[in-house]
Amino acid sequence: MRVLLTGISGKLAQQVALELLAHGHDVTGIDRRPWPECPPGIRLVQTDIRKPEAEEAFRSERPEAVIHMATVSHLAMRRDERYRINLGGTQKVFEYCDKHAVPQALFVGRHTYYGAVADAALYRGEDEPPMALESFPELADLVAADLFAASALWRFPERTTAVLRMVYTLGPSLHGTLAAFLAGPRVPMILGFDPLFQFMHEADAVRAIILALERKLRGVFNVAGPQALPLSELIRVSGRNPIRLARAMYPLLLGRLGLPRLTTGAVAHIKYPIVISDQSFRTATGFRPEHGEYETLAAFRTASPPKADLASKPPSSASPAAASTPADASAAANGTGDSRERDSTRGTAVPPGNRAPLADAATSASASDEALSIAAPKPRE
Amino acid sequence: MGEDAQHTAANSGSNDEVAARVARLDLSFNEHGFDRFGVSRDSIAAGMRVMGWLYRNYFRVRCHGVEHIPPRGRVILVGNHSGGYAIDGGMVIAACFFELDPPRLAHGMADRFINRLPFLSQLANRTGQITGLPQHARQLLSDDRVLLVFPEGARGTSKLFWNRYTLGPFGTGFLRLAKSTGAPIVPFAYLGGGEAVPTIANLPFLGKLLGVPYIPVTPYVLPLPLPVTSELRFGPQMRFAGTGDESQHLIQREVDEVKDVIAGLIAEGRESRRRGVAALPGGR
Repeated sequence: MRVLLTGISGKLAQQVALELLAHGHDVTGIDRRPWPECPPGIRLVQTDIRKPEAEEAFRSERPEAVIHMATVSHLAMRRDERYRINLGGTQKVFEYCDKHAVPQALFVGRHTYYGAVADAALYRGEDEPPMALESFPELADLVAADLFAASALWRFPERTTAVLRMVYTLGPSLHGTLAAFLAGPRVPMILGFDPLFQFMHEADAVRAIILALERKLRGVFNVAGPQALPLSELIRVSGRNPIRLARAMYPLLLGRLGLPRLTTGAVAHIKYPIVISDQSFRTATGFRPEHGEYETLAAFRTASPPKADLASKPPSSASPAAASTPADASAAANGTGDSRERDSTRGTAVPPGNRAPLADAATSASASDEALSIAAPKPRE
Repeated sequence: MGEDAQHTAANSGSNDEVAARVARLDLSFNEHGFDRFGVSRDSIAAGMRVMGWLYRNYFRVRCHGVEHIPPRGRVILVGNHSGGYAIDGGMVIAACFFELDPPRLAHGMADRFINRLPFLSQLANRTGQITGLPQHARQLLSDDRVLLVFPEGARGTSKLFWNRYTLGPFGTGFLRLAKSTGAPIVPFAYLGGGEAVPTIANLPFLGKLLGVPYIPVTPYVLPLPLPVTSELRFGPQMRFAGTGDESQHLIQREVDEVKDVIAGLIAEGRESRRRGVAALPGGR
């Protein structure tokens, strides 16, 4: 199948591209960021989605399916730019799909769509509305993009459209919102609250996206991984230290003392859970996560070891990630790393000493297309 | 099980007993003791040590009819609320844990405000006392768990001392739920909550400041519970056929049936407590 992948230079999208290639698909990518390690089998059109060159790719490649992954979170971009990318970009992609008769479109969205509120149920279904937008306006453009993409289901009923709302990804690439949030040695929690967190191994996320494509999924689907765990358990298993702060202290302390800065809305995401039900996705595709919750956290910990781990085995730690990265698709993608940032080395050999956690969080977040909604580390571009 | 299921009180809630019972809970915990609703095995054990002591030594709960709770499968426990805050809920959960064999975890349908309060929210969530939303109730029942419902809601705990044996208006959601999920209802009466926290007034304004519906006031001001011997009576299972989509009129009639049974259990319990107080020197 001829597949066009927008936002291909993002860490997760790179893995999707490589896996598509391995499945024998013909892959074209659009991204304004470069991907120097892009393998020869993949055509990369380096341009902005909203530029004529992007439409030319639709026109000349005549893709049979489009996977839209070119959305960013508030971690990465200023508001006006974010709106242009998320909503403007999504609008353009669906416009081109219609104009150039692309039979299938897949929008990769986020489970934070649903919003973190006190009286929401656990295991929210696809029919639940987005909530708490008033307290977290930084999410509004992503919610709008999600709903706009879903509107293609009734606007273009003859085409196959699917919207995936995926939980946080975690894994060796150390990319994504949750990875950024857990990057530092100290992870903030709200005193007296310990919400459930849902996450999945990035290799499982890649599999789910490709499954949705190959099964020609139609509709809106939540995609989740293994069992949800309390935030404190995530922090414990990944070898970090929880810093429990009263809610009232957050405006004073965040962004200081090595803690990430969180917006008001983002604080709700470490106070209340967003737990989704992936029942219909599992039924439609037969998807089962291959990596358990502790295995996924272990993969993250190996790739981003806490000081304690490094101290226990100092000489061999020069290439810990390479040694322990599971031999799956992500390992290959991992080596390619991210190009715009210096951290492309981290997939192969992480110099353990010199990775200031906060700076690390910033790079992985700003480099990331997948970054969702929680941590907004201080330094921004 | 007969009049006093509590000669077990001798080995009251020893740590070994709690650990052994937690291990026999029919819940699918992952390798570190968490289930999919965020229930933690360790939190259950810690909570039950406290609840077990309260159940056996402080409130000395006499439990009757616990055999009406099925040993496995979905069930809704429906009863009366009283006593300022949900001591009765805690004691029913303790009864399911200590009196049943194998033990079962009852999931109370917590009031919405609980999730907003620090610590309380964490404690409630780790012990399976999640917010009383219809979605949660349905998920727990389809997972064949024990649901604990007080259809009076917060109106039930706000009863004043002299109204402690009355029943307020019942919500109807539990009955529709029982019908749509095919779960039996086990009615129960809890007696003693109203004496343990003898509320003479409620302060909604102070409650609002603290994020709760109201603060109960007792003759000794603070709403601390007194060590009042309490009684818990379960009645025989009630089954209601139907889809759960019946007219409100019909549902209300069946809700009233359940309410009447609970009122009957309260009357029985009052009688038995009166006799119990007379028979036992020192007044249990």
